[in-house]
Amino acid sequence: MTPHHATQGLRRLPILLLLGSVLAIPLAQADSNTIRLATSTSTENSGLLRVLLPPFEQRTRYKVHVLAVGTGKALRMARDGDVDVIIVHAPAAEREFVRAGYGVNRRDLMYNDFIIVGPKHDPAGIKGAKNVVAAITRLIRSNAMFISRGDESGTHKKERELWRLAGVQLEGRGYREAGQGMGRVLQIAGELQAYTLTDRGTWLAMRDKLPLQIMVEGDTRLFNPYGIIAVNPARYPDVNYAGAMALIAWVTSVHGQQIVGDFEIDGEALFKPLAAQVKRPVEK
Amino acid sequence: MEGLPEASRHALLLLLSGDYELWTTIAISFSVSLKAIVLTAPVALVLAFVLAHTRFPGRRVLISVFHTLLAMPAVVVGLTLYLLLSRSGPFGDLKLLFSQTAMMIGQIILCFPILVAMGHSAIQAADRRAWETAVTLGAGPGRAMLTLMHEVRFGLMAALLAGFGRIIAEVGCSMMVGGNILHYTRNITTAIALETTKGEFAQGIALGLVLLVLALLLNFSLAMLQGKGVMVS
Repeated sequence: MTPHHATQGLRRLPILLLLGSVLAIPLAQADSNTIRLATSTSTENSGLLRVLLPPFEQRTRYKVHVLAVGTGKALRMARDGDVDVIIVHAPAAEREFVRAGYGVNRRDLMYNDFIIVGPKHDPAGIKGAKNVVAAITRLIRSNAMFISRGDESGTHKKERELWRLAGVQLEGRGYREAGQGMGRVLQIAGELQAYTLTDRGTWLAMRDKLPLQIMVEGDTRLFNPYGIIAVNPARYPDVNYAGAMALIAWVTSVHGQQIVGDFEIDGEALFKPLAAQVKRPVEK
Repeated sequence: MEGLPEASRHALLLLLSGDYELWTTIAISFSVSLKAIVLTAPVALVLAFVLAHTRFPGRRVLISVFHTLLAMPAVVVGLTLYLLLSRSGPFGDLKLLFSQTAMMIGQIILCFPILVAMGHSAIQAADRRAWETAVTLGAGPGRAMLTLMHEVRFGLMAALLAGFGRIIAEVGCSMMVGGNILHYTRNITTAIALETTKGEFAQGIALGLVLLVLALLLNFSLAMLQGKGVMVS
Protein backbone atom coordinates (compact mmCIF):
# COMPACT_ATOMS: atom_id res chain seq x y z
CA MET A 1 0.00 0.00 0.00
CA THR A 2 1.39 3.40 -0.94
CA PRO A 3 1.64 6.19 1.66
CA HIS A 4 -1.10 8.00 -0.20
CA HIS A 5 -3.46 5.10 0.18
CA ALA A 6 -2.59 4.77 3.83
CA THR A 7 -3.54 8.37 4.63
CA GLN A 8 -6.72 8.01 2.67
CA GLY A 9 -7.54 4.93 4.68
CA LEU A 10 -6.93 6.87 7.89
CA ARG A 11 -9.16 9.69 6.77
CA ARG A 12 -11.94 7.28 6.19
CA LEU A 13 -11.59 5.72 9.61
CA PRO A 14 -14.14 7.96 11.37
CA ILE A 15 -16.69 7.29 8.67
CA LEU A 16 -16.11 3.55 8.88
CA LEU A 17 -16.48 3.69 12.65
CA LEU A 18 -19.73 5.61 12.33
CA LEU A 19 -21.08 3.12 9.82
CA GLY A 20 -20.00 0.23 12.01
CA SER A 21 -21.77 1.63 15.04
CA VAL A 22 -24.91 2.11 12.98
CA LEU A 23 -24.86 -1.44 11.69
CA ALA A 24 -24.77 -2.61 15.26
CA ILE A 25 -28.28 -1.21 15.79
CA PRO A 26 -30.00 -3.07 18.55
CA LEU A 27 -33.34 -4.01 17.04
CA ALA A 28 -34.71 -3.52 20.51
CA GLN A 29 -37.97 -5.36 20.78
CA ALA A 30 -40.28 -6.00 23.62
CA ASP A 31 -39.14 -9.30 25.10
CA SER A 32 -40.59 -11.40 27.87
CA ASN A 33 -38.79 -9.25 30.44
CA THR A 34 -40.52 -6.08 29.36
CA ILE A 35 -43.96 -5.12 30.61
CA ARG A 36 -45.77 -2.35 28.78
CA LEU A 37 -47.98 -0.38 31.11
CA ALA A 38 -50.31 2.24 29.66
CA THR A 39 -51.66 4.49 32.36
CA SER A 40 -53.71 7.55 33.07
CA THR A 41 -51.47 10.61 33.24
CA SER A 42 -52.34 11.22 36.90
CA THR A 43 -50.44 8.18 38.21
CA GLU A 44 -47.30 9.15 36.29
CA ASN A 45 -47.41 12.96 36.62
CA SER A 46 -47.98 12.75 40.37
CA GLY A 47 -44.84 10.64 40.78
CA LEU A 48 -46.57 7.56 42.24
CA LEU A 49 -45.16 5.13 39.67
CA ARG A 50 -41.65 6.31 40.43
CA VAL A 51 -41.91 4.88 43.92
CA LEU A 52 -44.22 1.97 43.16
CA LEU A 53 -42.38 0.38 40.22
CA PRO A 54 -38.66 0.30 41.21
CA PRO A 55 -39.13 -2.20 44.08
CA PHE A 56 -41.05 -4.47 41.68
CA GLU A 57 -38.29 -4.22 39.07
CA GLN A 58 -35.68 -5.05 41.71
CA ARG A 59 -37.54 -8.10 42.98
CA THR A 60 -38.32 -9.56 39.59
CA ARG A 61 -36.58 -9.83 36.24
CA TYR A 62 -39.12 -7.44 34.75
CA LYS A 63 -38.62 -3.95 33.39
CA VAL A 64 -41.75 -1.80 33.16
CA HIS A 65 -42.14 0.58 30.23
CA VAL A 66 -44.61 3.27 31.23
CA LEU A 67 -46.76 4.99 28.62
CA ALA A 68 -48.59 7.87 30.31
CA VAL A 69 -51.38 8.61 27.89
CA GLY A 70 -54.70 9.11 29.64
CA THR A 71 -57.45 6.60 30.28
CA GLY A 72 -59.15 6.83 26.86
CA LYS A 73 -55.97 6.18 24.92
CA ALA A 74 -54.77 3.52 27.37
CA LEU A 75 -58.00 1.56 26.83
CA ARG A 76 -57.57 1.95 23.09
CA MET A 77 -53.95 0.73 23.18
CA ALA A 78 -55.00 -2.27 25.24
CA ARG A 79 -57.86 -3.05 22.85
CA ASP A 80 -55.35 -3.07 19.97
CA GLY A 81 -52.97 -5.33 21.88
CA ASP A 82 -50.18 -2.73 21.92
CA VAL A 83 -49.66 -2.87 25.69
CA ASP A 84 -49.75 -5.65 28.29
CA VAL A 85 -51.51 -4.01 31.23
CA ILE A 86 -53.31 -0.74 32.00
CA ILE A 87 -54.03 1.44 35.03
CA VAL A 88 -57.11 3.56 34.34
CA HIS A 89 -59.90 5.38 36.13
CA ALA A 90 -63.21 5.15 34.32
CA PRO A 91 -65.31 2.41 36.01
CA ALA A 92 -68.07 2.29 33.38
CA ALA A 93 -65.63 2.11 30.46
CA GLU A 94 -63.56 -0.50 32.35
CA ARG A 95 -66.59 -2.76 32.87
CA GLU A 96 -67.45 -2.46 29.19
CA PHE A 97 -63.81 -3.20 28.26
CA VAL A 98 -63.72 -6.40 30.33
CA ARG A 99 -67.20 -7.52 29.23
CA ALA A 100 -66.20 -7.16 25.57
CA GLY A 101 -63.32 -9.56 26.24
CA TYR A 102 -60.42 -7.17 25.76
CA GLY A 103 -59.20 -7.33 29.33
CA VAL A 104 -59.08 -9.88 32.14
CA ASN A 105 -58.41 -9.95 35.88
CA ARG A 106 -59.44 -6.39 36.68
CA ARG A 107 -58.56 -5.44 40.24
CA ASP A 108 -59.44 -2.37 42.28
CA LEU A 109 -56.19 -0.56 42.94
CA MET A 110 -56.77 2.67 44.81
CA TYR A 111 -58.90 5.77 44.84
CA ASN A 112 -58.76 9.47 45.32
CA ASP A 113 -61.30 12.09 44.41
CA PHE A 114 -62.03 14.74 41.86
CA ILE A 115 -62.25 18.37 42.85
CA ILE A 116 -63.35 21.53 41.08
CA VAL A 117 -60.72 24.24 41.21
CA GLY A 118 -61.08 27.83 40.12
CA PRO A 119 -59.75 31.39 40.43
CA LYS A 120 -59.44 32.91 43.89
CA HIS A 121 -62.05 35.62 43.27
CA ASP A 122 -64.58 32.91 42.34
CA PRO A 123 -66.76 34.77 39.79
CA ALA A 124 -69.36 31.97 39.74
CA GLY A 125 -69.69 31.99 43.52
CA ILE A 126 -69.44 28.22 44.00
CA LYS A 127 -66.72 28.05 46.62
CA GLY A 128 -67.51 25.65 49.44
CA ALA A 129 -70.51 24.10 47.70
CA LYS A 130 -71.29 20.61 49.04
CA ASN A 131 -73.47 19.57 46.11
CA VAL A 132 -71.32 19.26 43.01
CA VAL A 133 -74.26 19.10 40.61
CA ALA A 134 -75.77 22.32 41.95
CA ALA A 135 -72.33 23.94 41.72
CA ILE A 136 -71.93 22.89 38.08
CA THR A 137 -75.36 24.24 37.19
CA ARG A 138 -74.49 27.54 38.81
CA LEU A 139 -71.10 27.65 37.12
CA ILE A 140 -72.62 27.22 33.67
CA ARG A 141 -75.45 29.71 34.32
CA SER A 142 -72.91 32.34 35.42
CA ASN A 143 -71.07 31.97 32.10
CA ALA A 144 -67.77 31.73 33.95
CA MET A 145 -65.10 30.00 31.89
CA PHE A 146 -64.67 26.25 32.37
CA ILE A 147 -61.78 24.37 30.75
CA SER A 148 -62.68 20.83 29.75
CA ARG A 149 -60.09 18.11 29.13
CA GLY A 150 -61.93 17.20 25.93
CA ASP A 151 -59.70 14.15 25.38
CA GLU A 152 -61.77 11.10 26.39
CA SER A 153 -59.68 10.71 29.53
CA GLY A 154 -61.13 9.40 32.78
CA THR A 155 -61.48 12.97 34.02
CA HIS A 156 -63.25 13.98 30.83
CA LYS A 157 -65.68 11.10 31.21
CA LYS A 158 -66.36 12.28 34.76
CA GLU A 159 -66.96 15.83 33.54
CA ARG A 160 -69.58 14.63 31.11
CA GLU A 161 -71.23 12.50 33.75
CA LEU A 162 -71.55 15.56 36.03
CA TRP A 163 -72.84 17.67 33.13
CA ARG A 164 -75.45 15.03 32.42
CA LEU A 165 -76.51 14.92 36.07
CA ALA A 166 -76.81 18.70 36.09
CA GLY A 167 -78.92 18.49 32.93
CA VAL A 168 -77.08 21.35 31.27
CA GLN A 169 -75.82 21.65 27.73
CA LEU A 170 -72.07 21.22 27.23
CA GLU A 171 -71.89 24.29 25.02
CA GLY A 172 -72.18 27.03 27.61
CA ARG A 173 -70.67 30.34 26.64
CA GLY A 174 -67.73 29.83 28.98
CA TYR A 175 -67.10 26.19 28.03
CA ARG A 176 -63.72 25.50 26.37
CA GLU A 177 -62.28 22.14 25.35
CA ALA A 178 -58.49 21.97 25.59
CA GLY A 179 -57.87 18.42 24.38
CA GLN A 180 -54.79 18.10 26.60
CA GLY A 181 -53.55 16.28 29.70
CA MET A 182 -54.46 17.27 33.26
CA GLY A 183 -51.30 19.27 33.90
CA ARG A 184 -51.76 21.35 30.79
CA VAL A 185 -55.44 21.94 31.49
CA LEU A 186 -54.62 23.17 35.01
CA GLN A 187 -52.06 25.57 33.55
CA ILE A 188 -54.57 26.83 31.00
CA ALA A 189 -57.19 27.30 33.70
CA GLY A 190 -54.62 29.20 35.76
CA GLU A 191 -53.63 31.49 32.91
CA LEU A 192 -57.24 32.17 31.87
CA GLN A 193 -58.57 32.36 35.46
CA ALA A 194 -61.06 29.63 34.68
CA TYR A 195 -62.57 26.66 36.50
CA THR A 196 -61.75 23.04 35.81
CA LEU A 197 -62.32 19.54 37.15
CA THR A 198 -59.15 17.76 38.26
CA ASP A 199 -58.09 14.65 40.12
CA ARG A 200 -56.65 15.50 43.52
CA GLY A 201 -53.31 13.83 42.77
CA THR A 202 -52.36 16.08 39.88
CA TRP A 203 -53.70 19.10 41.79
CA LEU A 204 -51.47 18.37 44.81
CA ALA A 205 -48.46 17.85 42.56
CA MET A 206 -49.01 21.16 40.77
CA ARG A 207 -50.84 23.53 43.08
CA ASP A 208 -47.71 25.49 44.06
CA LYS A 209 -47.41 26.66 40.48
CA LEU A 210 -51.05 27.61 40.04
CA PRO A 211 -53.06 30.73 40.93
CA LEU A 212 -56.12 28.57 41.67
CA GLN A 213 -57.98 27.27 44.71
CA ILE A 214 -60.20 24.32 45.55
CA MET A 215 -63.84 25.30 45.04
CA VAL A 216 -65.82 22.08 45.42
CA GLU A 217 -64.78 18.84 47.15
CA GLY A 218 -66.18 16.01 49.21
CA ASP A 219 -69.33 15.11 47.27
CA THR A 220 -69.58 11.30 46.97
CA ARG A 221 -70.21 11.72 43.25
CA LEU A 222 -66.59 12.93 42.95
CA PHE A 223 -65.22 9.51 43.98
CA ASN A 224 -62.38 8.48 41.62
CA PRO A 225 -61.45 4.78 41.72
CA TYR A 226 -58.49 3.37 39.78
CA GLY A 227 -58.36 -0.15 38.40
CA ILE A 228 -55.58 -2.30 36.90
CA ILE A 229 -56.44 -4.67 34.04
CA ALA A 230 -54.41 -7.25 32.11
CA VAL A 231 -54.88 -7.46 28.35
CA ASN A 232 -56.66 -10.68 27.41
CA PRO A 233 -54.02 -13.20 26.20
CA ALA A 234 -56.74 -15.19 24.41
CA ARG A 235 -57.17 -12.25 22.07
CA TYR A 236 -53.48 -11.34 21.72
CA PRO A 237 -51.38 -14.45 22.42
CA ASP A 238 -48.08 -12.59 22.35
CA VAL A 239 -48.84 -10.02 25.05
CA ASN A 240 -46.76 -10.43 28.18
CA TYR A 241 -49.54 -11.90 30.27
CA ALA A 242 -47.24 -13.42 32.89
CA GLY A 243 -45.59 -10.04 33.35
CA ALA A 244 -48.94 -8.26 33.55
CA MET A 245 -50.17 -10.67 36.22
CA ALA A 246 -46.91 -10.31 38.18
CA LEU A 247 -47.34 -6.54 38.15
CA ILE A 248 -51.00 -6.79 39.22
CA ALA A 249 -49.96 -9.12 42.04
CA TRP A 250 -47.32 -6.65 43.17
CA VAL A 251 -49.41 -3.46 43.16
CA THR A 252 -52.30 -5.17 44.94
CA SER A 253 -50.05 -6.91 47.50
CA VAL A 254 -49.86 -5.62 51.07
CA HIS A 255 -46.43 -4.18 50.37
CA GLY A 256 -47.49 -2.51 47.11
CA GLN A 257 -50.61 -1.08 48.71
CA GLN A 258 -48.54 0.21 51.62
CA ILE A 259 -46.43 2.17 49.13
CA VAL A 260 -49.59 3.56 47.52
CA GLY A 261 -50.97 4.62 50.91
CA ASP A 262 -47.68 6.14 52.08
CA PHE A 263 -47.17 8.22 48.95
CA GLU A 264 -47.46 11.86 49.91
CA ILE A 265 -46.82 15.31 48.50
CA ASP A 266 -46.27 18.04 51.09
CA GLY A 267 -47.62 15.78 53.80
CA GLU A 268 -50.86 15.00 51.99
CA ALA A 269 -51.65 11.47 50.84
CA LEU A 270 -52.58 11.38 47.14
CA PHE A 271 -54.15 7.96 46.81
CA LYS A 272 -55.91 5.61 49.19
CA PRO A 273 -55.36 1.86 48.76
CA LEU A 274 -58.33 -0.28 47.78
CA ALA A 275 -56.88 -3.75 47.36
CA ALA A 276 -55.41 -4.65 50.74
CA GLN A 277 -55.47 -3.64 54.36
CA VAL A 278 -52.39 -1.57 55.16
CA LYS A 279 -50.85 -0.75 58.50
CA ARG A 280 -51.45 2.96 58.61
CA PRO A 281 -54.98 4.29 58.98
CA VAL A 282 -55.60 5.77 55.57
CA GLU A 283 -58.86 7.63 56.23
CA LYS A 284 -58.43 11.09 57.63
CA MET B 1 -44.51 30.12 38.78
CA GLU B 2 -40.87 30.72 37.90
CA GLY B 3 -39.99 33.15 35.12
CA LEU B 4 -37.71 32.62 32.14
CA PRO B 5 -34.45 33.85 33.76
CA GLU B 6 -34.96 31.65 36.79
CA ALA B 7 -35.92 28.63 34.66
CA SER B 8 -32.79 29.11 32.51
CA ARG B 9 -30.53 29.37 35.55
CA HIS B 10 -32.04 26.24 37.06
CA ALA B 11 -31.64 24.57 33.66
CA LEU B 12 -27.90 25.27 33.53
CA LEU B 13 -27.46 23.88 37.04
CA LEU B 14 -29.22 20.66 36.03
CA LEU B 15 -26.99 20.28 32.99
CA LEU B 16 -23.75 20.96 34.81
CA SER B 17 -24.63 18.67 37.70
CA GLY B 18 -24.72 15.77 35.19
CA ASP B 19 -28.37 14.98 35.90
CA TYR B 20 -28.64 11.30 34.86
CA GLU B 21 -32.15 11.50 33.47
CA LEU B 22 -31.41 14.61 31.45
CA TRP B 23 -28.29 13.13 29.88
CA THR B 24 -29.90 9.77 29.09
CA THR B 25 -32.63 11.65 27.25
CA ILE B 26 -30.05 13.60 25.30
CA ALA B 27 -28.15 10.43 24.40
CA ILE B 28 -31.31 8.75 23.10
CA SER B 29 -32.13 11.74 20.91
CA PHE B 30 -28.74 11.83 19.27
CA SER B 31 -28.34 8.09 18.95
CA VAL B 32 -31.69 7.64 17.19
CA SER B 33 -31.36 10.65 14.90
CA LEU B 34 -27.72 9.94 13.94
CA LYS B 35 -28.57 6.35 13.06
CA ALA B 36 -31.53 7.53 11.01
CA ILE B 37 -29.51 10.03 9.00
CA VAL B 38 -26.57 7.67 8.43
CA LEU B 39 -28.87 4.94 7.18
CA THR B 40 -30.80 7.32 4.96
CA ALA B 41 -27.95 9.30 3.42
CA PRO B 42 -26.43 6.71 1.01
CA VAL B 43 -29.75 5.63 -0.48
CA ALA B 44 -31.22 9.13 -0.68
CA LEU B 45 -28.10 10.65 -2.24
CA VAL B 46 -27.77 7.94 -4.87
CA LEU B 47 -31.43 8.51 -5.72
CA ALA B 48 -30.76 12.26 -5.91
CA PHE B 49 -27.91 11.53 -8.30
CA VAL B 50 -30.08 9.31 -10.47
CA LEU B 51 -32.76 12.01 -10.61
CA ALA B 52 -30.21 14.62 -11.63
CA HIS B 53 -28.22 12.57 -14.12
CA THR B 54 -30.52 10.24 -15.94
CA ARG B 55 -33.60 10.66 -18.05
CA PHE B 56 -36.56 8.38 -17.57
CA PRO B 57 -40.32 8.79 -17.82
CA GLY B 58 -41.89 10.07 -14.62
CA ARG B 59 -38.66 11.64 -13.43
CA ARG B 60 -40.10 15.13 -13.08
CA VAL B 61 -43.21 13.81 -11.35
CA LEU B 62 -40.96 11.98 -8.90
CA ILE B 63 -39.02 15.19 -8.17
CA SER B 64 -42.28 17.03 -7.54
CA VAL B 65 -43.42 14.25 -5.25
CA PHE B 66 -40.28 14.57 -3.14
CA HIS B 67 -40.68 18.35 -2.99
CA THR B 68 -44.25 17.87 -1.81
CA LEU B 69 -43.21 15.37 0.86
CA LEU B 70 -41.04 18.09 2.42
CA ALA B 71 -44.28 19.57 3.75
CA MET B 72 -45.45 16.37 5.39
CA PRO B 73 -46.26 16.96 9.08
CA ALA B 74 -44.26 14.71 11.39
CA VAL B 75 -47.40 13.78 13.24
CA VAL B 76 -48.95 12.37 10.04
CA VAL B 77 -45.89 10.18 9.50
CA GLY B 78 -46.21 9.15 13.14
CA LEU B 79 -49.88 8.28 12.89
CA THR B 80 -49.44 6.29 9.67
CA LEU B 81 -46.52 4.39 11.13
CA TYR B 82 -48.47 3.80 14.34
CA LEU B 83 -51.34 2.20 12.44
CA LEU B 84 -48.92 0.04 10.45
CA LEU B 85 -46.91 -1.11 13.47
CA SER B 86 -49.78 -1.53 15.92
CA ARG B 87 -50.27 -5.12 16.96
CA SER B 88 -53.63 -5.07 15.24
CA GLY B 89 -52.03 -3.50 12.14
CA PRO B 90 -50.37 -5.23 9.16
CA PHE B 91 -46.84 -5.23 10.66
CA GLY B 92 -47.89 -5.92 14.23
CA ASP B 93 -45.94 -9.18 14.33
CA LEU B 94 -42.66 -7.27 14.23
CA LYS B 95 -43.48 -5.82 17.67
CA LEU B 96 -41.78 -2.56 16.81
CA LEU B 97 -44.30 -0.08 18.19
CA PHE B 98 -42.98 1.98 21.12
CA SER B 99 -39.35 1.17 20.41
CA GLN B 100 -36.31 3.15 19.33
CA THR B 101 -36.39 1.29 16.03
CA ALA B 102 -39.88 2.63 15.34
CA MET B 103 -38.68 6.17 16.10
CA MET B 104 -35.76 5.64 13.75
CA ILE B 105 -38.00 4.41 10.94
CA GLY B 106 -40.21 7.48 11.37
CA GLN B 107 -37.21 9.78 11.22
CA ILE B 108 -35.86 8.02 8.14
CA ILE B 109 -39.18 8.69 6.40
CA LEU B 110 -39.03 12.33 7.51
CA CYS B 111 -35.49 13.10 6.37
CA PHE B 112 -35.51 11.06 3.16
CA PRO B 113 -37.37 13.69 1.04
CA ILE B 114 -35.11 16.46 2.34
CA LEU B 115 -31.95 14.60 1.37
CA VAL B 116 -33.34 13.71 -2.05
CA ALA B 117 -34.68 17.20 -2.82
CA MET B 118 -31.66 19.15 -1.57
CA GLY B 119 -29.20 16.55 -2.85
CA HIS B 120 -30.84 16.74 -6.26
CA SER B 121 -30.49 20.55 -6.37
CA ALA B 122 -26.83 20.35 -5.39
CA ILE B 123 -25.92 17.64 -7.90
CA GLN B 124 -27.95 19.28 -10.65
CA ALA B 125 -25.89 22.45 -10.25
CA ALA B 126 -22.60 20.55 -10.58
CA ASP B 127 -20.37 20.95 -13.59
CA ARG B 128 -21.10 18.05 -15.90
CA ARG B 129 -17.49 18.10 -17.05
CA ALA B 130 -16.38 16.59 -13.73
CA TRP B 131 -18.43 13.52 -14.60
CA GLU B 132 -17.17 13.43 -18.17
CA THR B 133 -13.56 13.85 -17.09
CA ALA B 134 -13.88 11.00 -14.61
CA VAL B 135 -15.43 8.75 -17.24
CA THR B 136 -12.76 9.70 -19.77
CA LEU B 137 -10.08 8.82 -17.23
CA GLY B 138 -11.54 5.35 -17.06
CA ALA B 139 -13.75 5.55 -13.98
CA GLY B 140 -16.79 3.29 -13.80
CA PRO B 141 -20.22 4.85 -13.19
CA GLY B 142 -19.97 4.34 -9.43
CA ARG B 143 -16.54 5.87 -9.17
CA ALA B 144 -17.56 8.77 -11.44
CA MET B 145 -20.63 9.40 -9.29
CA LEU B 146 -18.46 9.66 -6.17
CA THR B 147 -16.16 12.08 -7.98
CA LEU B 148 -19.10 14.26 -8.90
CA MET B 149 -20.51 14.14 -5.38
CA HIS B 150 -17.12 15.18 -4.07
CA GLU B 151 -17.36 18.24 -6.31
CA VAL B 152 -20.64 19.28 -4.71
CA ARG B 153 -19.87 18.05 -1.20
CA PHE B 154 -20.78 21.37 0.44
CA GLY B 155 -24.25 21.29 -1.03
CA LEU B 156 -24.66 17.68 0.07
CA MET B 157 -23.40 18.58 3.54
CA ALA B 158 -26.05 21.29 3.73
CA ALA B 159 -28.66 18.69 2.78
CA LEU B 160 -27.46 16.36 5.54
CA LEU B 161 -27.56 19.16 8.10
CA ALA B 162 -31.05 20.21 7.08
CA GLY B 163 -32.23 16.60 7.30
CA PHE B 164 -30.61 16.10 10.67
CA GLY B 165 -32.07 19.39 11.91
CA ARG B 166 -35.53 18.28 10.98
CA ILE B 167 -35.41 14.90 12.71
CA ILE B 168 -33.56 15.93 15.88
CA ALA B 169 -36.18 18.66 16.39
CA GLU B 170 -39.36 16.79 15.49
CA VAL B 171 -41.69 15.76 18.26
CA GLY B 172 -44.92 14.51 16.67
CA CYS B 173 -43.62 11.27 15.20
CA SER B 174 -41.35 10.31 18.11
CA MET B 175 -44.14 10.87 20.60
CA MET B 176 -46.58 8.78 18.59
CA VAL B 177 -44.45 5.72 17.77
CA GLY B 178 -41.93 5.98 20.62
CA GLY B 179 -44.42 6.51 23.41
CA ASN B 180 -42.10 8.72 25.51
CA ILE B 181 -40.94 5.80 27.71
CA LEU B 182 -38.40 6.87 30.33
CA HIS B 183 -34.78 5.77 29.62
CA TYR B 184 -35.94 4.01 26.46
CA THR B 185 -37.82 6.16 23.97
CA ARG B 186 -37.91 9.50 25.77
CA ASN B 187 -35.88 11.91 23.66
CA ILE B 188 -35.23 15.62 24.01
CA THR B 189 -38.36 16.84 22.29
CA THR B 190 -40.85 14.41 23.83
CA ALA B 191 -39.32 15.14 27.23
CA ILE B 192 -39.84 18.87 26.68
CA ALA B 193 -43.48 18.18 25.83
CA LEU B 194 -43.87 16.10 28.99
CA GLU B 195 -42.05 18.50 31.33
CA THR B 196 -44.20 21.34 29.99
CA THR B 197 -47.41 19.48 30.84
CA LYS B 198 -46.08 18.97 34.35
CA GLY B 199 -45.20 22.65 34.69
CA GLU B 200 -41.49 21.78 35.04
CA PHE B 201 -40.34 24.57 32.77
CA ALA B 202 -36.71 24.50 33.93
CA GLN B 203 -36.25 20.93 32.68
CA GLY B 204 -37.87 21.90 29.39
CA ILE B 205 -35.63 24.92 28.93
CA ALA B 206 -32.56 22.86 29.86
CA LEU B 207 -33.35 20.33 27.17
CA GLY B 208 -34.05 23.06 24.63
CA LEU B 209 -30.67 24.64 25.41
CA VAL B 210 -28.86 21.35 24.94
CA LEU B 211 -30.49 20.83 21.58
CA LEU B 212 -29.40 24.27 20.41
CA VAL B 213 -25.86 24.05 21.78
CA LEU B 214 -25.20 20.62 20.29
CA ALA B 215 -26.64 21.69 16.95
CA LEU B 216 -24.36 24.73 17.09
CA LEU B 217 -21.29 22.56 17.78
CA LEU B 218 -22.19 20.28 14.90
CA ASN B 219 -22.56 23.21 12.55
CA PHE B 220 -19.31 24.79 13.68
CA SER B 221 -17.35 21.62 13.13
CA LEU B 222 -18.83 21.20 9.68
CA ALA B 223 -18.10 24.85 8.90
CA MET B 224 -14.46 24.16 9.80
CA LEU B 225 -14.44 21.25 7.39
CA GLN B 226 -16.00 23.35 4.68
CA GLY B 227 -13.40 26.08 4.83
CA LYS B 228 -14.11 29.74 4.37
CA GLY B 229 -17.63 29.47 3.04
CA VAL B 230 -17.18 32.19 0.39
CA MET B 231 -17.53 32.07 -3.37
CA VAL B 232 -14.46 31.13 -5.35
CA SER B 233 -13.62 33.85 -7.88
